[in-house]
Amino acid sequence: MSKKVVSVWTSIPFWRRSAGWVTGFASILLIWLTFDSMSQISMGTDADLKAGITKRVPGPTVINYKITYEMDTKRGHEVPVIGEKEKFFGRDDWSEDEARALLHLGKLGSQTKNCMNCHTLLGNGAYYAPDLTKAWLDPAWGPSGPYLGMTNSSTKEEAMSKFLQDPSQYPTHERMMPDLDITEKEAMGLVAFLKHMSSIDTNGFPRNFARMSTDGVTGAIHGK
Amino acid sequence: MESNLKFESQKLATWYFTVAAILFGAQLLMGLIAAAQFLYPSFLFEIFDFSVARMVHINALVVWMLYAMIGSVYWLLPEETGIETVGIKIAKLGFFVLTAAITVVVLVYIIVQIGPATESSIWLIHEGREYIEAPRWADIGIVVVVLIFVANLFLTAMKGRQTGIVTVLMADVLALAGLYLAGMFFTDNISIDQYWWWWVIHLWVEATWEVFVGCLLSYGLIKIIGARREVVEMWLWIEVSMLFGSGILGMGHHYFWIGTPEYWWEIGALFSALEPVPLIAMFVHVIYDWGKETGLKEAESKASGEGYHSMNNSPAFTWFVMNAFGNFLGAGVWGFFHTLPQVNIYTHGTQFTSAHGHLAFFGAYATILIGMFYMAIQGKNNISILKATFDSKMAVFLICFGVMGMTVALTIAGYGQVLVERAQMGATWEGFFVSQDMMWFVQGIGWRLAMGIVTFVGFIYLIKDLLTTSKNSIHIK
Repeated sequence: MSKKVVSVWTSIPFWRRSAGWVTGFASILLIWLTFDSMSQISMGTDADLKAGITKRVPGPTVINYKITYEMDTKRGHEVPVIGEKEKFFGRDDWSEDEARALLHLGKLGSQTKNCMNCHTLLGNGAYYAPDLTKAWLDPAWGPSGPYLGMTNSSTKEEAMSKFLQDPSQYPTHERMMPDLDITEKEAMGLVAFLKHMSSIDTNGFPRNFARMSTDGVTGAIHGK
Repeated sequence: MESNLKFESQKLATWYFTVAAILFGAQLLMGLIAAAQFLYPSFLFEIFDFSVARMVHINALVVWMLYAMIGSVYWLLPEETGIETVGIKIAKLGFFVLTAAITVVVLVYIIVQIGPATESSIWLIHEGREYIEAPRWADIGIVVVVLIFVANLFLTAMKGRQTGIVTVLMADVLALAGLYLAGMFFTDNISIDQYWWWWVIHLWVEATWEVFVGCLLSYGLIKIIGARREVVEMWLWIEVSMLFGSGILGMGHHYFWIGTPEYWWEIGALFSALEPVPLIAMFVHVIYDWGKETGLKEAESKASGEGYHSMNNSPAFTWFVMNAFGNFLGAGVWGFFHTLPQVNIYTHGTQFTSAHGHLAFFGAYATILIGMFYMAIQGKNNISILKATFDSKMAVFLICFGVMGMTVALTIAGYGQVLVERAQMGATWEGFFVSQDMMWFVQGIGWRLAMGIVTFVGFIYLIKDLLTTSKNSIHIK
């Protein structure tokens, strides 16, 4: 067969150039969108929270506020709503530095304790244990859930903290969480991390969170 | 075993392949432990927990594939460029450094398992970020060794003959190595954390690794069935355009729910929906070339009256064809199943994902890398025509059947999980466990373990064949 190129469609230089252009164009678009996304998902500040400015990822002091997950009819899905002040481990005046330190400890703990290789966070991880994206809002930790009573706690954060320190003491299923040597301080950080994560605007994931429960009482459409 | 290899580079490649095969076995063993824990949660509880088994399972996966990929480059480089790899001595040193580092990392994973919530745990034990858990000290070691590897590739290509395959490899390996840096930092912001984490994971497995596979396919077609280089390399460039054209922005499908803006819905849906197109193209390319080249050569050999063998390595080619098919099915079809945001909002982070993950990693990567093992067996033993043996056929059948079976079982389990946990109950703690106790879910998970065992038996046949096939008298020297 002749080596002479008769058509552009069988020309290697043509396809090589195409590959270069397509890859270059896609990469530049990705980088440009990355700059935009970074500015939209950078963490907000305490001032934003006080001024009621909605950020996709609020500042660490969001732990001083009540968080709910409510239907936004305009957007067609649920969004986290930051409400009035709410005590977190007995205080609703965590300073920006204190809250940041707590969140830092919690995020470090979430990695060093390997949460992601059983649970999913923002839906990513392993599928052996429940998704933690909105765990803070889960009715299991609320007044009608099992954990307040089991851990003999009066608040959600206390129950979560006790559970995390001794998970296999409070099983709700045959598949238990193992003891991960989590200290009281680390547990506090992890709970702050979970509360902060529940305030992230995840475009409605998970959808219809907590719409139903087996007792027919605790669940309600849109997590109210 | 005596070696017939002229090039030191190819000797080094066989070392990489050997470690890759061992890690492949480790991956399967860890997978079996984790699969058993799904059914019997008390199995090794608080001794060797699911999180540990799963971490080693996916890390062994990533590392064995990277090993086999690096090995593949050292294997094909002297053949493509016509010269010995430049800097082969330091490349060998790099191999020992990397292997020692990985041994330490795995032992720490298994023995230490977890650390306190401090920066030093991240530096010394693991980073706790799925797939790229390697502690920071090892990250730096990996970067150094990979830099040696990239330098070997570039210097050799510049000194010797720079074919189209080598050119694509150079660009691809540079991108692949550079992307690893995006996973080497810590942030308190989980959205930013996952944003950059996907730069490594997605741009590896849905872009640069796929292009790498394209290079191996091209090399294999030329070597095994004697496909013409002009045709193969033209296809390779088309594949690069299509893979990068869809794969780079297909990243958007990981940015639906991690806190990133809504525009990723449209971008992710559109481009990731296009991702199967190049996989179909690669499939067509392999099958078309196979039929055409073999047909032409057989016609020629009939005309001239000589017995011509159009295929000189049946086991390798079988795995290459399994790759063309598995890549399309696992990455293409199973990926497309749940890539649209309308579906993904329910399926994200369920056994559906796991089903796709198993078939995609296997179909797209494991298959072709096993094919490369066979290329090395043929070269090392100086066999001109390597034929399939009973063991090699059993390996293909059991491994492919096993992985496909796991995928189907997980898909069924995932289907039940999605309907009950996500759609019906709304993704709560309780909803999760109700779904996990469903008969259909438990059955699916049971079949996954059974099919995992089938896969493991296939793996034993594979290793047996790789170790013994060279002594078999059916091959033509």
